[in-house]
Amino acid sequence: MFLKNYILEIWNAVKSLLKGMKLTGYYFTHHKEIITQNYPEVKQQLPERFRGEVVLIHDENNEHACTGCTACELACPNGTIKIITKFDVSPEGKKKKALDTFVYHLELCTMCNLCIEACPTSAIKMAQNFEHSVFNRNDLTKKLNKPGSKIREGVE
Amino acid sequence: MYRTTDILTNTPNASLSEAGYMVINVGPQHPATHGVLHLVITLSGETIINVEPHLGYIHRSIEKMCESLTYRQFIYTTSRMDYLSSHINNHCCALSVEKGLQIEIPDRAKYIRIILDELTRLASHQLWWGAMAMDIGAITPFFYAFREREMINDIMEETCGARLTMNYMVPGGVMFDLHPNFQKKVKEFIAFFKSKINEYDEILTGNIIFQNRMKGVGIISKEDAISYGCTGPTARGSGVSCDVRKLYPYEIYNRIEFDEIINNGCDSFARYEVRMQEMKQSLKIIEQLIDNIPEGDFQAKTKTVLKLPKGEFYTRVETARGEFGVYIVSEGGTTPYRIKFRSPGFSNLSALNHMAKGNKIGDLVAIMGSIDLVIPDIDR
Repeated sequence: MFLKNYILEIWNAVKSLLKGMKLTGYYFTHHKEIITQNYPEVKQQLPERFRGEVVLIHDENNEHACTGCTACELACPNGTIKIITKFDVSPEGKKKKALDTFVYHLELCTMCNLCIEACPTSAIKMAQNFEHSVFNRNDLTKKLNKPGSKIREGVE
Repeated sequence: MYRTTDILTNTPNASLSEAGYMVINVGPQHPATHGVLHLVITLSGETIINVEPHLGYIHRSIEKMCESLTYRQFIYTTSRMDYLSSHINNHCCALSVEKGLQIEIPDRAKYIRIILDELTRLASHQLWWGAMAMDIGAITPFFYAFREREMINDIMEETCGARLTMNYMVPGGVMFDLHPNFQKKVKEFIAFFKSKINEYDEILTGNIIFQNRMKGVGIISKEDAISYGCTGPTARGSGVSCDVRKLYPYEIYNRIEFDEIINNGCDSFARYEVRMQEMKQSLKIIEQLIDNIPEGDFQAKTKTVLKLPKGEFYTRVETARGEFGVYIVSEGGTTPYRIKFRSPGFSNLSALNHMAKGNKIGDLVAIMGSIDLVIPDIDR
């Protein structure tokens, strides 16, 4: 009786191992599709909402919608964004607050999306670029508004 | 059934090494541990006499940081605690702020939240299953687990914009509406995972080596599990009924049909079984909700600057690892006066010494795997 149980135990143990090996054997012989990607050569199309970095949207006339209201700066939990404003003088002699420099510290950003939610004019958005490694740390501090850009007409 | 020992057993000191015991350090950077966990183990031969976890290697003082952040901003920090159930952590924070503001969130947001919570739980359990098998020495299950987890990550990426630290739950609802592909992709995932979950049992659960490593190892009785404050699958594997979703339902959990999985095995294998069954329950919950998401707003109207009234607010949810709680003390301002997080990992880790005592050193990693430790959650 003891011997019978002993042999039965060994038989069941071997059977359980073979069952697992059968599964791995199946996948070894049935490699239907390649699930890995040849990353640097073939780049995956990332979804639209993917949070890679914050960018200021510029149109073809090099105009943006940022009024310099600093809502994004206040919404940011890490001090990633710093808005430097200036005063534009209109032809009539009226002073108007406008964006001078949109400083973005990528090294501090956690991609929480709170600045984009806070922006009243939808001037900024998240871009899909995810390859952020640079050789110099200072390169991570970016100026988002392009040189010579100005605010779009009609945006308040 | 099993012996119940007093928590206040003898703690080791320096004289132990003189008495013929060996004291060795495992971690903080050891391939067998998850994250930066430092264990000081006292051994007599191969038998474990005492395990003492040393924490502090990944302490970021999140609770203190939250005191200077507003009620919208502090939520993102909790994604960095238990990064495998970040959605559920964010959910708890959002619930706590909503409790203070006394706002009712739309039904659509509730449904979205629960579906994403359960998807996160599935992803977390899948990663645990793969990592636990790898702890024991089986490499292959890790790849099978990640094959399915990748599908969930893709869904998260498309809808929430991130794969791990989503920050999708905001006070008042969720950040964006669901992606148009969401329902289709979740249904595809459910169908795919249902056909694959049997493979999990085939390759690992029935395996005789795995069973011998797990059964009768890491025993903790029901009384001890309660007194150590264990929650989640760790406690339910010892027969403690502690599912917050069932006992104190939040959102719409009281309208959903699902079972609380309880196993009276008290050992590592019981905790394994609980998680395997929970995966099936999570699938059941998602299946009930995915076709019935009501139309409407995904976010309730809230003020730009949130101010909680003076008082204390506590909410708790069930994460993949156990009970997670957020305790906010407000003085009426825009930032909290004090925030305390009750993380499941910390209490579960405290029971490790009790579980590991008397076992062989080779079993320690298997026991740690069965508790499902996430170190940033323990160390905050």
